[in-house]
Formats: sequence, C-alpha cells, structure tokens
Amino acid sequence: MKELDPMVFLAVFQEIFGLFFWPLVAFVVLGLLAFLAILMRERSIDPRRLVWSELVGLGGGFVGIWFMMAITSSRIEDLGGPIDWLLATGIWAAGAVEATIAAYIVLYLLGFGHRTMAPLMR
Amino acid sequence: MSRFLTPQGGGPGGLARRQILKLGGALAAAALVGGRAVAAPVDTKARIVIAGAGAAGLAAASRLAQRVSGATITLVDARRDHYYQPGFTLIAAGLKPPSYAVSKTGAYVPRSVEWIEEAVAEFDPVGNKVVTDSGRAVPYDFLVVATGLELNYGAIAGMDRALIGRSGIGSVYAGPDQAAATYEEMSRFADTGGVALFGRPATEMKCAGAPLKYTFITDDTLRQRGMRSKAELIYAAQNQTLFSVPIVSEKVRMLFQDRGVKVAYDHVITAIDPGRKVATYATPKGPVEFGYDFINVIPPMRAPDAVRKSPLPWASGSWAADGWMEVDRSTLQHKRFQNVFGVGDVAGVPKGKTAASVKWQVPVAVDHLIANLSGGTSKAVYTGYTSCPLITRIGQAMLVEFDYENNLTPSFPGLIAPLEELWISWVMKEIALKPTYIAMLRGMA
Repeated sequence: MKELDPMVFLAVFQEIFGLFFWPLVAFVVLGLLAFLAILMRERSIDPRRLVWSELVGLGGGFVGIWFMMAITSSRIEDLGGPIDWLLATGIWAAGAVEATIAAYIVLYLLGFGHRTMAPLMR
Repeated sequence: MSRFLTPQGGGPGGLARRQILKLGGALAAAALVGGRAVAAPVDTKARIVIAGAGAAGLAAASRLAQRVSGATITLVDARRDHYYQPGFTLIAAGLKPPSYAVSKTGAYVPRSVEWIEEAVAEFDPVGNKVVTDSGRAVPYDFLVVATGLELNYGAIAGMDRALIGRSGIGSVYAGPDQAAATYEEMSRFADTGGVALFGRPATEMKCAGAPLKYTFITDDTLRQRGMRSKAELIYAAQNQTLFSVPIVSEKVRMLFQDRGVKVAYDHVITAIDPGRKVATYATPKGPVEFGYDFINVIPPMRAPDAVRKSPLPWASGSWAADGWMEVDRSTLQHKRFQNVFGVGDVAGVPKGKTAASVKWQVPVAVDHLIANLSGGTSKAVYTGYTSCPLITRIGQAMLVEFDYENNLTPSFPGLIAPLEELWISWVMKEIALKPTYIAMLRGMA
C-alpha cells in the first residue's frame, strides 16, 4: 500500500472479484453503451423516465451502503472520521448512478415514457 | 520499477491533494495502459534455491521467475497448504471460517519453478547447498531463505498446542483451525464473563499488533453482548511499552484506558496450569500468578531448527539466541555469505514480521540477487516499512504504517490518519488485504 501502481490496482481488483471481474467490467461497459445508445436514438433524455429512474437510484445508493456494510461485517456506527463519511457518500453515489442508469435502460426496454412524452420535449 | 525509496512525509494538505491526483492518475492510467513496462529478463544459467514456500518464498519465486530466464529456480518446502496468516485474526473474531485462510501452495508456484515437496533439514552455506529431510542435497549458486519462524509453545511450561480450544485457552497464531477454536473459547467467555488475559512474548514476533487486536476484539464482543461489565481484561506487556513504535504505543495506551483494559507491564508468560486456570508471569519482582477464564497464549518465537543450527544466524547480539538470520537490514543480503538472502519472518532485522514487510522486502532482495548474478549493482533499499491494520473493534481499525526509525509512513497522508479509528481502514483489511496478498504471491503486487 506504500506506492500506487496502476497495475497493482488492476491485479488487486482482479483478485477481489475473481472470475467475476471481467464479466462485471463488461456488464458496466455494456450498460453505459446501452444508455448512450438510448440517448442517441431518442436524441434527448426522457424526463418522466429519468425521474422514476432517479427514484430507483436513490434506493440504489442505500442498497450499495447496505451491501458494503454486510460484506464487511460493519455497522453505521463504525463510520468514524470524515474520510469514512466520504467513502460512504462515494459508495452511495456509485450505487445511485448505477441504479439510475440500470433503471433508465429497463424502463426504456419496457416502453415506459417512450414516445409518449417525446412531443412535450419539442 | 522500484519506487519505494522515497519516504513520505511533510505537510498534510499538499500531500493529500497530490495523493488524490496520484490516485486519480493511477486509476486513469490503469484504464489506459495495457501492461506494465517490465525490464527484459536476465539470461542466466544460475541455480537459485528458495527455502520455504510461505508468503516470502512464493513472492520471491514469482518475482525471480519474472526477472530471469534460463535459470533453475527451485522451491523447497513440504507444506502443501498455504496459510493466509493475516486472516487468522478475522477467523478468531468469528467473522470468517477457517477455510478463508487456506489455499494450495501449488496454485502460486510459477510454471518455470521446480517445487521439491520436502522440508529443508540442513543449510550448508559454505558448501553452497541445502539438504532436505530425505537427505537429498540441492546445490545452489544463490539461496533465498524464507523458512518463516517457529512458534515455540514448549517454552511455556505446561503449554501444548493441543490445549488450544480447551479450558479457556486460545492462541490465534497456531493455524486456521486453532484460530477458530480460539473464537469458540473467547465467545464462551463473552457469554459468561470473568478474567481474560492477553499479552505477547519477549522475543521477536509475527505481527506485534495481533495480540493488541485480539484484546480489542474481545472487548468489542463483550460490549456487543452486554457483558463488558462482567469481565476484566488484562494485557500483559513484555516491557514498559505496548508497541515498539512509541507514538503507536501511546495511542494504544489511551485506547486501553478508554476501553477499561488493564495493563500489567514487564510481565512475560512462563507457565500455564490449565487445570487451575492460572498463568505465571516473570516480572522484575519475581514470578506472578494470574487466574483466568480465557487466555490468548502467544508463544515465544524463534527461527526454525534448520536455520538455528546452521551458520546463518547472528553470532552475537539480541537476535543470536533465537537464530534470526544475519542479513543486512537494507538489502536483506547475508552479511557473511554474499550469495544468500533472507526474507520474511526469518530475517534478523528490526520491526515487522508481517506480510507487508514481505511485500517490500522481496523486490529489494530479488533486485540485489539479480545485480549479483549479472555483475551489476542495485540501489534498492528496504527501509523497514511495514503496516498493521490495528483493529480496535469490529468495524474499525487504525492503518498503522511505520519504518525502522519509528517514523509513521502513511500511504494516504492527509486522507487516512494513521492513529484514528476508521471504518475505511477496517474495510481495507476486510476487502483489499487478502487480494493484495494473493497478488503479491503471484508477483503482481
């Protein structure tokens, strides 16, 4: 931990996730690509779909924190210094962004908001 | 490749920013760069023998396999199971099963390395060979000694490894199963209360933070079960300090005071009577007996037999009696046998006998070994860096990092305070440490 070598980070993350590492990377990249593809196809962000996705995202952030606490046998009282709150906020934000994007894609696939709101955008 | 020469220090603000930028840059580079710039392997016909396939031996084998071609690299060790020893504390805390710390040695032996599944019985640095327990002589041009150390339970009268997990006796170090048995005894104690004894031997030892961690873990377990008021915790320190680094010792003293842990300074365990549940300590005022309901026995530690009885240990000084190898503390090269290196627990150097020490010792020793065999020179220096995620309760730890000079050497200055009880330090111990360790065995970290 004394020096920060990017390849060490990569090696450590590979050890953390094991066989899931590359599938997870692929999942995240595909998710982002799918999101971008939807944006390009619709040429705008669907506001109703976005609001619902953000609501899901709010919950997703808390699921992220809960997951981290569960796998590290921790409790919320264990948050000590400011760096801990920063870490928790970061985990929440990551969970929220991921859940929002995932929800946006799922809602698009379900046809939610698709075209129905499009005229209002113009 | 090696950038561990620069000690970190100075003002927190600027460094914190720099550290963040460095971290960001590192992650960005990781995403962009496909591979590490590695120097071309050195061509050699040298015979390199590595005695011991623990953390240090495997890391050395992986590093050497990356850096030489054409050499014969031979690993000698009879143990097929590999133990991730930093995990023992988590097993003894009841958080992980014994299997958490166990894997197969064979999984980490590089393909180009020959593994002789026998123990080293004899070192002959004059004749440049080691002899295995079956009598097989293995000659070498260069030798890396990484045998680890011996837990000398026999030095405590009445103590036996077989007692661990019985009559309130625990011992975190003995192995994964014994760590689990220690949890059973500690957990039973946490349900009933009474007196718990902790402490450490007067010898050099593996991870000197571990006995402290287990005291904190027991305290936390009692608190979680609402039993703290029914228990008395006593920590027997081997001298007048709680940790070899003064600033850390003082912090632990404050934490012990806060948690109500009593400290008996200058107390070294010499005997245990499992029938009476009494431990005897040598003190400046003579022997003292403490009764206990739970005790975490940490035995004296010394170099393994084969090293102790060889010409490799220090001939005089405080490390001579226990047989620690006489190596240069900066290069890990033997002081009398230039083609011999000592890494890991067996090295007679001050401070840490930890996986973190191994992580920083091995690349330095390997660099000097390769410089020796190729007629070059190496400027790599091991500064004594080691690290100890000092658990202060389940869910918090202090990420203590230091060097030979008792300097604190935080990896993330200004971000992760070394003497603060933090969740992030615990998260690192729980999530990142084992993967980093495994990556180290593979020569990737």
